Amino acid sequence: MSILVTESTKLVVSGLTGREGRFHGLNDRRYGTDVVAGVTPGKAGEDVEGIPIFNTVHTAVEETGANTSMIFVPPRFAADAILEAADAGVELVVCITEGIPAHDMLRVYTHLKRSDRTRLIGPNCPGVLSPGKSNVGIIPAHFFSAGNVGLMSRSGTLTYQIGNEVAQRGFGNSTIVGIGGDPVVGSSFIDVIALFEQDDQTELIVMCGEIGGDEEERTADYIAEKVSKPVVGYIAGFTAPAGKTMGHAGAIISGSSGTAKAKAEALEAKGVRVGRNPTEVADVAVEVLGAKV
Amino acid sequence: MDLLEYQGKLLFKKHGVPVPEGRHAASVQEAVEAAEESGFPVVIKAQVQIGGRGKAGGIKLAKNRPEAEEHAEAILGMDIRGLTVQELYVEQASEIAEEYYAAIVFDRGTKRAIAMLSRMGGMEVEEIVDKDPTAMVKLPIDPLIGFQHFHGRRLAFEAGIAEDVIRPVGAMLGKLYEVYVEEDAMLVEVNPLLVTGSRDVVALDSKVTIDGNALYRHEDTAAFRNPSVEDPQEQLAKERGLVYVKLDGNVGILGNGAGLVMSTLDVVAQAGGKPANFLDAGGGSRAEAIVDAVEVILSDEKVTAVLFNIFGGITRCDEVARGLVTAFEQVEVKVPFVVRLDGTNDEEGRRILADASLPHVEVEKTMLGAAAKVVELAG
Repeated sequence: MSILVTESTKLVVSGLTGREGRFHGLNDRRYGTDVVAGVTPGKAGEDVEGIPIFNTVHTAVEETGANTSMIFVPPRFAADAILEAADAGVELVVCITEGIPAHDMLRVYTHLKRSDRTRLIGPNCPGVLSPGKSNVGIIPAHFFSAGNVGLMSRSGTLTYQIGNEVAQRGFGNSTIVGIGGDPVVGSSFIDVIALFEQDDQTELIVMCGEIGGDEEERTADYIAEKVSKPVVGYIAGFTAPAGKTMGHAGAIISGSSGTAKAKAEALEAKGVRVGRNPTEVADVAVEVLGAKV
Repeated sequence: MDLLEYQGKLLFKKHGVPVPEGRHAASVQEAVEAAEESGFPVVIKAQVQIGGRGKAGGIKLAKNRPEAEEHAEAILGMDIRGLTVQELYVEQASEIAEEYYAAIVFDRGTKRAIAMLSRMGGMEVEEIVDKDPTAMVKLPIDPLIGFQHFHGRRLAFEAGIAEDVIRPVGAMLGKLYEVYVEEDAMLVEVNPLLVTGSRDVVALDSKVTIDGNALYRHEDTAAFRNPSVEDPQEQLAKERGLVYVKLDGNVGILGNGAGLVMSTLDVVAQAGGKPANFLDAGGGSRAEAIVDAVEVILSDEKVTAVLFNIFGGITRCDEVARGLVTAFEQVEVKVPFVVRLDGTNDEEGRRILADASLPHVEVEKTMLGAAAKVVELAG
């Protein structure tokens, strides 16, 4: 049945009239996503290839019944756009924007957790794709088909790499979720794995982590306690030096914490098999899925 | 972005955190002038952002002009754990009665700021807290409420600091939180937080890290420089708008997407190679970006072979291939390149490279194959 985005997703895009927002918004529509509205203050009444533009997310939701928002506005306006979508009652916000100040995200995160009405995916993420159903974000959908592997990742391109290796071995995906590469993201691996655990279509979960923070370690504990489905892991950044930000704002080893080695060991200690490279992850996934039937 | 001590103290002053009088100096002469202006005794401090400056001889007390000259001369140019001292901070000496530790830390695990206070400040604080975690009092701060007076009181009473300074230390913690929020800091640390002989409370050191994503709203901070850690390749990359981290190996690496590049470094290391850098050409790697990237990678003279690892999603492999052809026209390339193009428009990309028949370029289809090849060629 997939998670987060499905056939019933009705999408409003903040920043649809911008270059990136327009390109990817229209791409998502071509894939079959029901893109019902765009929001750009001051441009109400215009349209982007037939998609109506509204001044506020509130009017967009009232007029179109949008239940999911995708944020494509520049970093300095993104926290505001997320809060606006939440205030308008949107259930799911997917924020693609990279470069939002961490303090802004800390306030947004705390507010959203407190009201507990809106789920946020991202920021600094490629979005969510449920193959054959809906694509909300920038994941190149043509590599992926519907299937039983749930994939979640802190990175975009690496997700495509691993997803494609799994696809080449004949497997498809229930949903692919980019949770984002920032230090503070709306949904953690634990939040997403809990949804995969409940999802009938998902039979195997692939988790693609990287250096920085302790998300993967916490998820290892959660898997041991609460997840019955097999999980295959991957961690990027074994060769990363301490104290350097490796592209993603969240990918930094602070002192001795957040190393790839510690994460891989934490996962393995809880019985999660960890591939040493993307190809090995796909090999292990296929081995597990093959052994299941 | 890690700030030097004097830069952190400029932010402290701006927000009313008490600090001793001091001046930045980049030469012996400037240091001596600064010392005479503030009046002896002064402390001459190496400006490098690394622990153990004092133990390494980078902090010295000068009681008169000849001593100031002697110490400034000795410290400038000194190597402290791999960093060359290029700047000094000349500060009025303080009489030390007590040394505490205070910090506000952005904690990504709990999604809170953690305010910390210990009465066991000074050089050994980490070892002391390792042995006795109760020596450090920690309080999570709700970002929507902020630091309240009661937080300061709780920290001060629970840390067991001297009773006569409970109010000023609590007040300083509040000011440090203000620095943390208003300057978009990920870390604000004061060690030692000093109680002077006359019972004044001052921040004797500062360690501040600012969120790079927030620099657009802090022009003053964005202009701070730290020449002791500036690397020529990293500077060049920054000017060209590339995400580049210098490493110490000989295999130059370019990829698209931070995660894929990290993974590429790992795979090269697994194949027995040593990566020379991390370079993320970004989502929509356009031809100009590829030209810039090749220039930056090759400006590192240790590089003996280069790996391009592209998985085309939004990035189109044909565009990367065209960029590479252009780069070879503009840059003199003497080392072998291994190019792995997979994903969107990969066949066209490989065809463009084949047609151009670039010297020293090998095309591989898989990531592992490409890594093995580049390690072999790098020698």
